[in-house]
Amino acid sequence: MFFFLVRRVVSGVVLVFAVATITFLLMSLTGGNAARNILGETATEAQVAAKAAELGLDRPILERYLDWLGAALHGDFGTSWFSREPVIESLANRFPVSLSVVTVAVLVTAVLATVLGITAAVRRGWVDRFVQVFAVIGFALPNFWVALILVTIFAVTLHLLPATGYVPITTDPGRWALGLILPVTALVIGTIASTAQQVRGATIDILERDFVRTLRARGISRTSLLFRHVLRNAAGPALTVLSLQFVGLLGGAVIIEKVFALPGIGSLAVNATTQGDLPQILGLVVVMVVLVVVVNLVIDLLTGWLNPKARVS
Amino acid sequence: MTESAVSAPALAPVTSGGGLTRRLLREPMAVGALIVFALIVLASILAPLLTPWDPNRAELSDVLAPPFGEHILGADSAGRDVLARLLYGGRASLLGALIALVVALAIGIPTGLIAGYYQRWFDSLSTWTANLLMSMPGLIVLLAVISVLGPRMYTVMAVFGILLSPGVFRLTRSSVMAVRKELYIDAAKVSGVSDVRIIGRHVLGVVRAPLVIQASMMAGIAIVLQAGLEFLGVGDSTTASWGQMLNDAFTNIYVAPTMLVWPGLMIGITVGSLALFGTALRDAVQGTTSVGKRRRPQGEETVPAPVEVVAESIRPVAEGAPLLLVEGLRVGYPAADGGTTVVVDGVDLRIARGEVHGVVGESGSGKSQTAFSILGLLPVGGEVLEGSIHFDGVDLVSRGRERELLRGSRIGYIPQEPMSNLDPAFTLGWQLVEPMRRHLGLSRSQARTRALDLLDRVGIADPRRTFDAHPHEVSGGMAQRVLIAGAVSCDPDLLIADEPTTALDVTVQAEVLDLLRSLQAERSMGVMLVTHNFGVVADLCDRVTVMQRGRVVESGTANEIFSDARHPYTRMLLDSTLEDASVRPALTPTEAGR
Repeated sequence: MFFFLVRRVVSGVVLVFAVATITFLLMSLTGGNAARNILGETATEAQVAAKAAELGLDRPILERYLDWLGAALHGDFGTSWFSREPVIESLANRFPVSLSVVTVAVLVTAVLATVLGITAAVRRGWVDRFVQVFAVIGFALPNFWVALILVTIFAVTLHLLPATGYVPITTDPGRWALGLILPVTALVIGTIASTAQQVRGATIDILERDFVRTLRARGISRTSLLFRHVLRNAAGPALTVLSLQFVGLLGGAVIIEKVFALPGIGSLAVNATTQGDLPQILGLVVVMVVLVVVVNLVIDLLTGWLNPKARVS
Repeated sequence: MTESAVSAPALAPVTSGGGLTRRLLREPMAVGALIVFALIVLASILAPLLTPWDPNRAELSDVLAPPFGEHILGADSAGRDVLARLLYGGRASLLGALIALVVALAIGIPTGLIAGYYQRWFDSLSTWTANLLMSMPGLIVLLAVISVLGPRMYTVMAVFGILLSPGVFRLTRSSVMAVRKELYIDAAKVSGVSDVRIIGRHVLGVVRAPLVIQASMMAGIAIVLQAGLEFLGVGDSTTASWGQMLNDAFTNIYVAPTMLVWPGLMIGITVGSLALFGTALRDAVQGTTSVGKRRRPQGEETVPAPVEVVAESIRPVAEGAPLLLVEGLRVGYPAADGGTTVVVDGVDLRIARGEVHGVVGESGSGKSQTAFSILGLLPVGGEVLEGSIHFDGVDLVSRGRERELLRGSRIGYIPQEPMSNLDPAFTLGWQLVEPMRRHLGLSRSQARTRALDLLDRVGIADPRRTFDAHPHEVSGGMAQRVLIAGAVSCDPDLLIADEPTTALDVTVQAEVLDLLRSLQAERSMGVMLVTHNFGVVADLCDRVTVMQRGRVVESGTANEIFSDARHPYTRMLLDSTLEDASVRPALTPTEAGR
């Protein structure tokens, strides 16, 4: 178990390092004249050169990279070229919002997809057909479009739920939850459907195993059989899908946040993109990848805990 | 949003010829989806013929014009014709998806083929790269790309193709690795066919169908992603697109909410038709059309060819209340043609208390099916068509609920293959304790003590260690002892053992048989011993029932059968056992090793 853990951590660190390096090099090499972008068309050559020197853009790329890497290791991702705010601060302000949305969405997906997937696998019939149809619909409708429709119906027309805004959980948990209902609903429609499909497949596969028959022959209760034995064995594939959903939801949240005017990473990312704010984007990419690595690690640990055989391989 | 379907599980490779296309064309869903998709493609190509409006021509006087006027679907906030933008917008979406798709396939297929076929270092390297790409948050990466390259949507979609390529890579690689092991590939190699031709002819044929499915899903993902980027406002604002229309509708959500509908519908229908096509193709490949509710079997019954019955071979049994009485049991499975395949056809079986009853026959004789019927654990689809099963006077067929209570408490079951019959996720101890707590109402610690005693009783050297072990940590012989301990843990009156020694090594077989014999003597259980091995029968059984093709052909005491076999099939089985120590001509791989 220990070596399993060490191996995963090391490969995660290598991954973060590789992504950070590639992103830095690609962005710095192809970025064009960043100083000119910042100052605009009217700036003189001298002003541009001065700006480049100020940002350190006149130095060799390797040197800039090593400096950036050294600082990043200490949690310092530089300052935004535009707002002059330290990158790490703006990320710290905005990530909690996006993570609330994504975490709640992942939890809701996990619970509902499990129930739906197992029911479809055991009962077949209409539940099964519902899951299949639901999967196609969830796949076909962009989640931000669903969000727009939800806003139109529940906020604009019925005035039932807030259309925009975010209240931190520390301020008022009730209004925090209320504000998350629509964004989370929009996000999970696609993920529940596809995850439920996976759970269904894995459950059907496990139900046909010999040991299920033997457990039934021992007179284990149906509840224990399904929710203890089958679920635990089917959890591996389901968790893998869930970890991929998490990565996808991070991207989905960026778009959804625009609809609900949530002050998360979405608007930060879009602004940085349109302005060409390299330090901001680099910081965003690195923190995202770190998050993904951490989530994958947690999922690996969960899988290993649920299925002892996975620890060996 | 973006990666969900990239990870679609690799489908089992299926060798498919032209039959697949034909089967697909008979699927109404596939044909319908294809027609809808083709119409959308045509509509966007022929946009200039379908609408007189220029998608980018803004008319101040037409700002937010209502539908059904001069503009059929109205005009947007800049006074541009909605229908024209919808039609021309399809071009941007479809072309973007096509670019992403081509890039993903162009990278994924060759690398997957090479990695799967030659393996070694290239495989490790490319698998690592694929994992790296898959853990990238796609949308953020694309935003980063846009921030340096500007809003060049087609370049961005090409980069997205790179992010999608791991899905193609993994699918191709796993399919190739599966095919590579096939004998016909070896045969082709030996006969001097070049690698390129092997890959071209055999391997690509196998991955084609799964790749088309994957491609239809990826195209859908690409369309949604592109619309998302345009909705965010980081796309190319000079060409009309569905995402941009949604962006415009969003800014006017309080004024003209219906403008949301059209582009959303177009995306939904396009992606939906792709998804439905993919699903239909997958069903066609797997040969399973829609998983509907299982209908009760109708139509013809297929009964195994009747066996010659020798009247005097079924010997009468002393009357008296038996422990288990099976009468006229018929078991069937739904057949592909809508009829029923009968696998057990009128079986009678009578087991007295404390009697060891061997049920003998070759594979497919229906002996295991009879055992599963008694337990009520027939595989999916299997059904008792006729007959009765009485256990200690209770009819098990009509009273399923009571049978469930008997299972594990008064009827124990020992399976054939020890390793696959233990839950890999739980310790052996847990699997012993759980039923005892349920049936005997023991506390956790009482059940644990009893389990340790049982493990000791079945001859396990270190019960504590085995108790805490997981199935993959013990040998097959040990696993079978644990299963035997589990079967007898609640003091059953009847033990059903389905070929309990077949999967074990020869030396372990004898030990397990000894164990069964002593447990039976100690607890005077009735035992139904399903086997094909007359050696086992001679060793343990009081009475014997011989089955062939779903029917009983002979029954009697073990002595009668061995000294005076009356049915030719019994004599054939006996002869083949006696000629050489091995049981019979090998029927299954497990038996072949003996």
